[in-house]
Amino acid sequence: MITVESVTKTYGGFTAVDDVSFTASAGRVTGFLGPNGAGKSTTLRIVTGLTPPTSGSAHVVGRRFADLPNPGLEVGVLLDASAQHAGRTGREILRLSQQMMGLPRSRVDEMLELVSLTPDEAGRRVRDYSLGMRQRLGIAHALLGDPDVLILDEPANGLDPAGIRWMRDLLRGYADRGATVLLSSHLLHEIEVVADDIIVIGNGRIVAHGTKAELLASAGTHLRTRHPADLQAALDVAGMASNVTSPGVLRVDADPELVGRVATDARIPLIELRPAETAGLEEMFLELTADTQREGAAA
Amino acid sequence: MTTQTLDRVAEGRPVTPTQEPVRTARIPMRRIVGVELRKSFDTRAGLWLLASVGLASVLTSGAVIAWAPDDDFTYSTFTTTIAFPMSVILPIIAALSVTAEWTQRSGLTTFTIVPHRGRIMLGKALALVSVALPATAAAFVVGAGGNVVGSWISGNETVWDQDLAAVPYLLLSLALALMMGLVCGTLIRNSAGAIVAFFVFSFVISPLLGFLAMTQDWFRDVQPWVDLDYQLTALLRGSFDSEQWSQLAATSGLWLLLPLVVGLWTLVRSEVK
Repeated sequence: MITVESVTKTYGGFTAVDDVSFTASAGRVTGFLGPNGAGKSTTLRIVTGLTPPTSGSAHVVGRRFADLPNPGLEVGVLLDASAQHAGRTGREILRLSQQMMGLPRSRVDEMLELVSLTPDEAGRRVRDYSLGMRQRLGIAHALLGDPDVLILDEPANGLDPAGIRWMRDLLRGYADRGATVLLSSHLLHEIEVVADDIIVIGNGRIVAHGTKAELLASAGTHLRTRHPADLQAALDVAGMASNVTSPGVLRVDADPELVGRVATDARIPLIELRPAETAGLEEMFLELTADTQREGAAA
Repeated sequence: MTTQTLDRVAEGRPVTPTQEPVRTARIPMRRIVGVELRKSFDTRAGLWLLASVGLASVLTSGAVIAWAPDDDFTYSTFTTTIAFPMSVILPIIAALSVTAEWTQRSGLTTFTIVPHRGRIMLGKALALVSVALPATAAAFVVGAGGNVVGSWISGNETVWDQDLAAVPYLLLSLALALMMGLVCGTLIRNSAGAIVAFFVFSFVISPLLGFLAMTQDWFRDVQPWVDLDYQLTALLRGSFDSEQWSQLAATSGLWLLLPLVVGLWTLVRSEVK
């Protein structure tokens, strides 16, 4: 479990993280979603003790990260797959941490196998790795100590579609076994597919958080009709906000059942009526971050 | 916890309690020292620097034989000459061990595996200063070889003008040079910058202080108290009296302790990105 309490980080006059609080629970994948520069990485660095917060505190498995006696065994961290000494081989990077954590040597080969890095690739220097290989090595490194908590910053970056699928299954499996998985991404689709809980951050502030179901529910209803103007008028009367997203297509901020009832009462035939689930999170994400982004531009 | 362990067994994962490290056990300092030492030599750059120490020792011995007057072929000439390239290359290795964490950004891993920067820095210091031990041994062994070969070529009697008492002096000189490298790395935390700083220290500041002492009478007595490089060279000649020890302590305080404290203070508070 990861708990972040009122964490704020300012650089001079710039507030990178502004009073951020959230919890990532055991047995669940928590997605940390936000556009670039929203404060995701800064928050994760604060959780892992690499950046001192201006105020607030963060705890992992009930303790400050720095108070964990051997953190690698409890928390697997991947913040930047490229942040490795370019002159070291992949295997050597794992060997160093395996030695430091006091793990059996065999663990290195197990992890290399798990992330499908061949012995030949593991013997190459990281400078010659593709981003995808670095990402796999980073995940192998995070899993080395068999931790119950995983903190991953943009782990899908640079992976091919098969790799993304593989990682998604891996994280799902970890969470299903009771681990806490916190991963950040600016890729909406990634988070939508894998996360149970979602935290949306924009300009350093949390703009939405909840279970995926909750957040998607608020995305409203998608419907198609040949009489959009009439239906909009009827919805207005019922007090439901709606907007035309493309000709004949409406998005309504209300439950599909209620919207259906309004259409029936107004005797307006519908062609399609369903929860606005496809790309719902994307709309929410853009919507939620648009305001803060404008604010940022004006400031 | 029990159910989780059972799940792991059910998943076919090896659960070997005897081998699994205890999560509540703090990472011991000797392990940090071992890993940090390994990190200094497991990259191509590290290996080459290590190889260049050996190579430079042999080359300087050869240079002494080739260019020094035959009368100078004494054991101490060889060991002190060999110590010179060592006290240039070893501090670079020491500085890089600190700066790589920032320049190569491996600190992101290092400081999340051991979230106490002070302990990592202590580990690095112990590991790197201990490099002075094999280096000293190498200086005396290669020096002895050079001395034998030199006297064989010149036809003179082999002069063994150094005994065991010289060993701790050379060792201390190299250890302090290594510390100077660590201090540069800690203070600057950028590979190129730290190496330049070390070169400025040994090839610009020190000669300037020497020049000042030569031209200004009043400075002649001050120099031993403020010039660390001068003291490191003096150490190679051995047999310090109590005043020299005080001078060494003063220069070390000025060039090693003071910047180290400032460097550590900023390092612990800095952000690792």
